[in-house]
Amino acid sequence: MKKFLSGDEAFAEGIRLAKPAIISAYPITPQTIVVERLSEMVESGSLESEFIHVESEHSALSCAMGASAAGVRAFTATSSQGLLYMAECLYYASGGRFPIVMMNANRSTALPWNIYGDQRDSISQLDCGWIQAYAENAQESLDLALMSYYIAEKTATPFMVNLDGFILTHTYEEVDIPNEEQADKFLPEFETDNKLDLENPKNMAFSAGPDYNYIFKFKEHQEMLNAVSVIDESEKKFAEIFGRKYSGLIENYKTEDVEFILITIGSIAGLCRETADKLRAEGKKVGVVRLRYLRPFPTAELVKTVKNAKAVGVLEKDISFGSEGTVFTNVNSALHGAKLQVPSYNFIGGLGGRNISRSDIENIFSAIENGAERVNFIGIEVE
Amino acid sequence: MSVTAKNLCKDEFFYGHKACAGCGGSLAVRNALKVLGKNAVAVLPAGCMSAVGFNFPQLCFANNAIISTFAGTASMLTGIEAGFRARGIKDFTAVGFAGDGGTADIGIQALSGAIDRNDNIIYICYDNEAYMNTGIQKSGLTPFGAKTTTTPTGENIHGNIRPKKNMFEIVAAHDIPYAATATVGYMTDFLNKVEKASKIKGTKYIHVIAPCPTGWGIPVSDTIDSAREIVDCGLWYLAEYENGEFMLNHDPKEFTSVSDYMKKQSRFRHLTDEDIQIIIQSRDAKWEKIRRDWRK
Repeated sequence: MKKFLSGDEAFAEGIRLAKPAIISAYPITPQTIVVERLSEMVESGSLESEFIHVESEHSALSCAMGASAAGVRAFTATSSQGLLYMAECLYYASGGRFPIVMMNANRSTALPWNIYGDQRDSISQLDCGWIQAYAENAQESLDLALMSYYIAEKTATPFMVNLDGFILTHTYEEVDIPNEEQADKFLPEFETDNKLDLENPKNMAFSAGPDYNYIFKFKEHQEMLNAVSVIDESEKKFAEIFGRKYSGLIENYKTEDVEFILITIGSIAGLCRETADKLRAEGKKVGVVRLRYLRPFPTAELVKTVKNAKAVGVLEKDISFGSEGTVFTNVNSALHGAKLQVPSYNFIGGLGGRNISRSDIENIFSAIENGAERVNFIGIEVE
Repeated sequence: MSVTAKNLCKDEFFYGHKACAGCGGSLAVRNALKVLGKNAVAVLPAGCMSAVGFNFPQLCFANNAIISTFAGTASMLTGIEAGFRARGIKDFTAVGFAGDGGTADIGIQALSGAIDRNDNIIYICYDNEAYMNTGIQKSGLTPFGAKTTTTPTGENIHGNIRPKKNMFEIVAAHDIPYAATATVGYMTDFLNKVEKASKIKGTKYIHVIAPCPTGWGIPVSDTIDSAREIVDCGLWYLAEYENGEFMLNHDPKEFTSVSDYMKKQSRFRHLTDEDIQIIIQSRDAKWEKIRRDWRK
């Protein structure tokens, strides 16, 4: 069934089909619509779930962990300050191997206060042990809501799906909503041994000293790497049932004969592709890579795509103060690890929701071709 | 049937842990679990009881138990209770055991939220009156005058300058279905309150005084005596809140000496007669209100 939905609403439809038993959430703009829709679905009975009105984001994730430890599927959603407020629980959930799914509406972090989109909130949490995916449009948001549970539960790793604040969360598009039968076929019921059990009591979320702790952390890392093949498996199954295909950790656009590549994440990718088309028509051999996942990081996939390029640029709505954009750091690490001598440039923009225009992107492609500073700030003159 | 020393369950659920000798908190947890039985699902935040009980691979709870974040005792209980219900499990008790700091300071937000939702959980605060696990720092439940490592005593300041936060009346103000105060010194009273709580639907809160010999500066053999004396001298009281009413369970005809209670503990040994007079006055003011306003 096709409907005209915002990203938040599409995500809520995906969660309805994933049927979490417990939803615990605390409101924050621009996440609110997803939890409003879900509470309406609970009210109407179209979703058999318990909606728990927690008193903070910390409690939202703590409650979700309790539900997961009790052996049921749990969902929460947040954004920005809320994500940072629950940061302790992010690490706790991944260490406890609780396969919780969370939607994060990418939003700027205070100070100064700002409700608009950038990606500094989630990128600041790359090390917390959650799988991180970035949706580009409302359809992908819905589809990721379903796939995220499949992947999280198979890897016992929590999953954060990121939607650009307002640009994606509040923008309406046509979305194909799968039926329940299809969704049930794709996503099996949640089964886990990692749960409290009256027949076989467990002590969970324990302490582990220096010797054991390291082993647990190593296993966590291994499982996150293993997610790469589970993502692939989930997308194959998804395509079989729903007919929509996804391309794994990255999405390449016109990169076969490419000389200059722009690498980016999230909803800006569409404008990048359109700009690439225009430049292609002018004879430029340009292409776009959208990183669909930042964790696990698409090291091998990126190297394969970039290896014959003359130069690459990384466009991100993020900065690690005193260094550079974190996506750029990660991309460079992948290139360096493969001994690729490709010049790379960082383009930082969109912080606090500042618009990135088509001409900005044209200028970025031109800078990649002609050389630029290592780190460039779109729309700010640096002396 | 009421719980007595004779009929208390012989099975152990919290046993073989690494708590210090004379630990009041571990006694409260051990005996409360005997009352609640094998289907108790326990949540313990970061703190003494989780530090001594959950050292992989030495895990000492015989029932289901999990460590929560420090602030997250109540919110994790909420999730567990809802999760078990969603699985169709009916015969279980979600119970939290948090210390004074985990309850009155960092965990009060989550506790307030759980009571507001009236989640079907029992929350037991074992109050040893400071952050003992981290080395005796002041909490919101450290009493006036107590010396801790962050409220040192000197010529200028005689230990902690603020009285205990009144958790019992704070939770009562949420119109909680059941709240009670207790002490490990009057164990049968405490355990019967635990049993009563297990039969009431909604949120239940029990605040149990649990001396810490290390933090209080008393011999390990004096835990029970101190836990009785705090009630006998009137610095703590045994009470319940139910159906919107406060009820005093025990009204001492005559208080024992506050000075005697305090002088046995090295954390209070620096107090002057004037300091103790302030404490007595505050005790008397509280008891005047209790005797005037609460049922007996």
